[in-house]
Amino acid sequence: MDLKAWLLLLEGAWTTLWISGIAIMLGVSAGLLIALVRRQAIPLVDQALALYISLARATPLVTLVLFLFLSLPSVGINLNKNVAAILALTLNTAAFNAEIWRSALNNFSRDQREAAQAIGMTDWTFFRRIMLPQLFTVSLPALVNEMSFLIKGSPAIAVIGLVDLTRVTNRIASVTYEPLYPILGAGLIYMVMIGVMVKAQASAENKARRLAM
Amino acid sequence: MNEWMTIWDARDAFFGGFLNTLKLFGISALLGLLLGALLLYLLEGPSNRARQGLGLFIDAMRTIPFLILAYLLYYGLPQGGVRLSADVAGLIALTLYHGAYFCEIFRSQRRVMPKGLIEAAQAHGFRHHLVFLRIILPNVVMTSLPLIGNQLIICLKDTAFLCIITVKEVTAAANGVQATYFIPMKAFLVAIMLYWIISLLIEYAIRWLGRLGKQRGFSHV
Repeated sequence: MDLKAWLLLLEGAWTTLWISGIAIMLGVSAGLLIALVRRQAIPLVDQALALYISLARATPLVTLVLFLFLSLPSVGINLNKNVAAILALTLNTAAFNAEIWRSALNNFSRDQREAAQAIGMTDWTFFRRIMLPQLFTVSLPALVNEMSFLIKGSPAIAVIGLVDLTRVTNRIASVTYEPLYPILGAGLIYMVMIGVMVKAQASAENKARRLAM
Repeated sequence: MNEWMTIWDARDAFFGGFLNTLKLFGISALLGLLLGALLLYLLEGPSNRARQGLGLFIDAMRTIPFLILAYLLYYGLPQGGVRLSADVAGLIALTLYHGAYFCEIFRSQRRVMPKGLIEAAQAHGFRHHLVFLRIILPNVVMTSLPLIGNQLIICLKDTAFLCIITVKEVTAAANGVQATYFIPMKAFLVAIMLYWIISLLIEYAIRWLGRLGKQRGFSHV
């Protein structure tokens, strides 16, 4: 493999990274929002969100990407490929993140809320200053784990023609007729990316354990 | 409503794809679980070169996307003269990939398994492989049921990747139907429903096994 092929691989890696990165940011926030709304136990809304989570967890990313990209135009919503890919990844990861946030919310101690109320904190200040930092520390290991799952699932976006790190190997092979090396090269880049996530997860776990939460 | 009629007329395509998905999932889940148990057996005992190699294989599987492995077997291997059909390549990829994950799940439970159980078995004169088969494996499997269930669902979802390497499974069937009749929304909704049904069944089966395990005293999860 020559330099040009490596540059193409890196370009594919960049596509994978920025699309996954945006989906991760949106998915983590959406997950928190869903968990908070579900905590209010609003009738119908709660059931609808539970149904969404159950469906999203069972739907393969490939199917979801195809579904969104091909069927939304038929109801008048035209998406470009990038937006469809980000939307599909976000819808998928938000469901898993919502469950992670929810279990952290459920395990949050009541004493702290009472203490905050006793000194006259408003609900919002309590949430922002006391609750969120702790929720974040507790959930971070699982969230990072889910992020590496998202990157491992991201090759699904190739199915609508986005040239990500997996798809780019076909492009290189169509010129060189030697598919083995670009695939191995792409595998190596994925290993580095996900290896970094695994390390990050371990250090997040250590931090959570050190703070004894 | 006549779009649903079109779907109904194309039921053979969906049914064929669904059967293929079930077949791929069923065989690879079974072989993957066996591979996971085999890897766990091989990893028993002090570390040596071979075990480090196995550990490396598991780590490699855990840090690459499934599709890369499928690409490697389907597009990469022919360069070395090994030509597999899409179905066989997909099946091998699913088995190797998820076998490694199953082994990792088993290993995490193996680490927290009480030593006393194994020592008691050895005191009763169980041989090495019998200790593994009768004591370690049942314990490890029954205490990691929820994780196995999750992994099975991931395995089911990974079968959808195989439509990219031209395996005719249910997503490919839905895509074929939508391309022929241009009814993308309903075609993919049917596919999503089918996946949903299988994953609900998996969850149900795991819960049932959990209850069974509890009756037999594996409740220290």
